[in-house]
Amino acid sequence: MLPLAVLIVLFAVWEASVRLLAIPVYILPAPSRILAATWDVRGAVLMHGVATLWTVLAGFVLAILVALPLAAYITVSSFGRAAIYPLIILSQSIPKVALAPILVVMLGTNILPKIIVTMLVAFFPLVVSTATGLSAVPKELLELGRSLRASRMKELLRIRMPFAVPFIFSGLKMAITLSVIGAVVGEFVAADKGLGYLMTSSLAFFNTPVGFGAIVTLSLMAMLLFQVVALTERIFFPWSLRMVH
Amino acid sequence: MSEGTVTLERVWQIFGADEEDEGVTALADVSLSIADGEFVSLVGPSGCGKSTMLRLISGLVVPSRGRILLGDKPVTGPTPDVGFVFQAPTLLPWANVLDNVLFPLRMLGEIGPDSIDRAHDLLALVGLSGFEKRRPDELSGGMQQRVAICRGLIRDPAVLLMDEPFAALDALTREEMCGHLLDLWHRQPKTIVFVTHSINEAVFLSDRVVVMSARPGRIADEVPVDLPRKRLMEMDNRDEFHHATQRIRAHIYGSRDKGAPPDLAPDTAPKLVRSA
Repeated sequence: MLPLAVLIVLFAVWEASVRLLAIPVYILPAPSRILAATWDVRGAVLMHGVATLWTVLAGFVLAILVALPLAAYITVSSFGRAAIYPLIILSQSIPKVALAPILVVMLGTNILPKIIVTMLVAFFPLVVSTATGLSAVPKELLELGRSLRASRMKELLRIRMPFAVPFIFSGLKMAITLSVIGAVVGEFVAADKGLGYLMTSSLAFFNTPVGFGAIVTLSLMAMLLFQVVALTERIFFPWSLRMVH
Repeated sequence: MSEGTVTLERVWQIFGADEEDEGVTALADVSLSIADGEFVSLVGPSGCGKSTMLRLISGLVVPSRGRILLGDKPVTGPTPDVGFVFQAPTLLPWANVLDNVLFPLRMLGEIGPDSIDRAHDLLALVGLSGFEKRRPDELSGGMQQRVAICRGLIRDPAVLLMDEPFAALDALTREEMCGHLLDLWHRQPKTIVFVTHSINEAVFLSDRVVVMSARPGRIADEVPVDLPRKRLMEMDNRDEFHHATQRIRAHIYGSRDKGAPPDLAPDTAPKLVRSA
C-alpha cells in the first residue's frame, strides 16, 4: 500500500500548492476542482467514456485478429520470417500517430480511422511477443511432435500456440494499454465524441478541470482494462504465470 | 526377426555438405546390432555422434549413407514406434502429469478406453501415483523426468531411446532414477538405447556399452558387462564392474593418449594437446 500512500501525499502537495500559490484554475486546477468539475458533467463523461471504450475494444480485438495469424505465419514460413518480419520491425519507425490525419482523409470522419489507428499502435508488441513465444518452444518438444507425425498446423495449434500463451499475454498487456493511447489520438484528430474529444473541446474553452478529468478517466480505463487482461490470464491460464522466460 | 531389434548398417552422417563444403562428418561407417530386449549404452566424448545415432534410429534424421532397421523394417522418417526421452523433461507446461503421459496418444488419435489405466500403471511403476493432476512446475526435476519416461513408454514401444536423460539431475537423484529405470525395464522388458556421459552409469545399467570415438564418430569398442542382470547398487565393488569401466576409460582417454589414462602418465602430458 506504499505506492497509494505516496500518491495521496502527491495529491495533497498538489492541492496545497495550487491553493497557496493561487494558481489560476485554467492553468492548473487543484485535484478537488478537477473532481468537482468532472462530477458536474458526469453524464457527458460517461457517454464519452463509453464511446472511447468501444474504439479501444474494437481496435484491440482487431489487433489480436491481425497479430496472431501474422505471428503464426512468420514462425512457420521461412518466407515470412525472411521477408515479412523485417518489414514489420521496420514499420515501427513510422510514427503511427502521424498517420491519423491521413486515415481521416482516406476513410472519413467516422469511427473507422480511430479503430485503425488504435489497431496500428497496439498490434506491434503483440506480433513480436507472439512470434517470440511460438519460436521459444524447446527443440525436443518439436522433435516429439515430428515423431508423432504432427502436421505443421497440428504442431502450431497443439504445441506452439499453448507454449506461447505467457508470451501472448505479455503482448496483450502492452497492447491494451497502447490501445487506449491509440484511441485518444484518433479522437484528437477527428471525432465528435470520446474522451479525447472531450479533452480537446474542454481545453478549447479553457475548461481545464474537465480536461484533466478526461485524463483521469482515461487512466482509470487503461488500468481497469489491464487488470481484465491480467485476470483473464490468471483464471484461464494459471500455469502461464509460473512459466519462467 | 523380432521388432525390438535395432540394426545400423554402414551408416554415415554428414551435416552441412554441399558443392563447396564437404561438411562435418558426425558418424563414419557405423554398424551396430542391438538385440531385442537388450540394454545398450552409448558413451564417448562430446561430439562423437551419440545423440545423432538416437535421432537416426528414431527417423528424425535421415542418414547420408547406409540404412537403419527397426526389426526388419527400414527407418525412412520420423516414427512414433520408438519412445524417446530427452535430456530435459520437455513436458507440456500447460498440461497435468496424466495429460502429459497421454500426449503421444492424443496427438496420434489413439486414445482408447484402457489408455488412462495404462498411464496410471506406468506412473505407479515410477512412484508417481497420486501426482496425476499435478502440473510439471509442481514437480522436482527427477519427478518430471520420470513423467517424461512414462510418456516415452505410453505406446508400449519395443524400443526406447534415451538421450542423457539424467544428465541434468543431481548425483543422488541420478542413482535413484537408475533404480527406477531398471525396475521399469525388468517389468516391461524392451530394447533400450541409452546415451550418457557417465561411464559408471553406463556400466551399471547396460548389457553392453558401445564406446564411441569423436570426429568423425566411430565405434571404438563394444564392452559387454558381465554382471548379473538383477543389478544392485553395491555391484560397483565387483571386479566385473571395474574391468568394464577401465576398458571404457582406456578407450576414451586412449584416443588422446595411447593406452594409459592421463592421470597415470604425467610425463606424457604434452601429448594430450595432440588431437586424436
